[in-house]
Amino acid sequence: MHALKKNRPLRRVTLAAAATVTGFVLLLSLKPHTPPAPAEASSSVGRSSTAAPGDSSGNTPESDSGGSAGTSGGSKSTGSKTVTGDTVQTRWGPVQVRITLKDGRITESAAVVYPSDNPRDQEINSYAIPQLRRETLAAQSARIDSVSGATYTSDGYRQSLQSALDSAGL
Amino acid sequence: MSEPVEDAPQELRHAEEVMGTVFSFDVRGGEPGAVRTALEEAVTRLHRVDEVFSTYREDSQISRLVRGEITVEECDPEVAEVLELGAEAERVSDGWFSTRYEGRLDPTGIVKGWAAEHAAQRLAAAGASGVSVNGGGDVQLLGVPGPHRPWRVGVSDPLRPGTLAAVISAAGADELAVATSGTAERGAHIVDPRTGRSAVTDLVAVTVVGPRLTWVDAWATAAFAMGSRAGLDWLESLPDVEALLITAGDEVRCTGGLARRLG
Repeated sequence: MHALKKNRPLRRVTLAAAATVTGFVLLLSLKPHTPPAPAEASSSVGRSSTAAPGDSSGNTPESDSGGSAGTSGGSKSTGSKTVTGDTVQTRWGPVQVRITLKDGRITESAAVVYPSDNPRDQEINSYAIPQLRRETLAAQSARIDSVSGATYTSDGYRQSLQSALDSAGL
Repeated sequence: MSEPVEDAPQELRHAEEVMGTVFSFDVRGGEPGAVRTALEEAVTRLHRVDEVFSTYREDSQISRLVRGEITVEECDPEVAEVLELGAEAERVSDGWFSTRYEGRLDPTGIVKGWAAEHAAQRLAAAGASGVSVNGGGDVQLLGVPGPHRPWRVGVSDPLRPGTLAAVISAAGADELAVATSGTAERGAHIVDPRTGRSAVTDLVAVTVVGPRLTWVDAWATAAFAMGSRAGLDWLESLPDVEALLITAGDEVRCTGGLARRLG
């Protein structure tokens, strides 16, 4: 390499082009390291909201394969445990998050209770909750401390998530 | 593993429901007793700010001020401070940021960022070596979370559920704030002060990065209402401010210096 070349090359890229490329690269580079079974799960989370997810004991709402994901209490898979956070009241209703940990890492997180009283809530949750869920997973791999740009329901999600993390001793 | 092992600073976390949203605290280092006391004071202070400034409370000082029952001088001194900050934001943004809603005084748009910034400063003043305060998705960072590691804030991508549009790093900055305005979760809530209606904009989100949350929060709101072209030009003209704008057409635009802040 040109170790002696101290001057930085002058970059004359048009701002717009640089911005677009930067944004694009970011979108690519920030794809979360997908843990097992995330993609399909996320699409079904919102739909489950009409089916009183809080009542389906054992199963997280997105356990589409039925049963096998119900590791909550008694799974004997090594070092895996499920922790449910506090129910947090938000302006639009209660939010409660459940996480699954394996060897001290979050392998799954899901909102088990969230506002679904009206169509707008359901519409919001159909993308907001999966988004937050995956952000939780992405946050681990991206090592971020906080997220900008989410409000209300997502705050409830974060708060409940935090209480789950606290309970899990993380 | 030849690197020396350094003790990670003590971590104190707290989430508080206040001002219609949740404030999340992540405080590192400092003398534990002093930091915990400062956190309690900061939380008490947030509730007090809500009492004084809430436009939803009939008996708040702001509501009484709007009804002409009291004067600014009779309010807590913070009221005059916030109104002055709001007036400055309005001047700098050429009216795109406003502390008036439907003709009435409503400083809501500047109170939350200001309150979160002050809460963070209180914790740093008490000796914390790293402070992160997230007030409803707008974040004030001070110091560092641990040895050799800067604070890092993910920016939600409003058009791609489950992904982040960017990660902002506070590396090299002792204070950094990240605020996002947008329609992502609850629909349009930003009003064009010129029409009094929901802002007509080609943007779905604006994230602004700068030293102080009071200002970046106001600038994000103003730029969102301006739209991508005028908003980007204006943000570029502000000192110490970088920004990321995402349009409804999924175009990502940012200020020239943002790359330095991407982590």
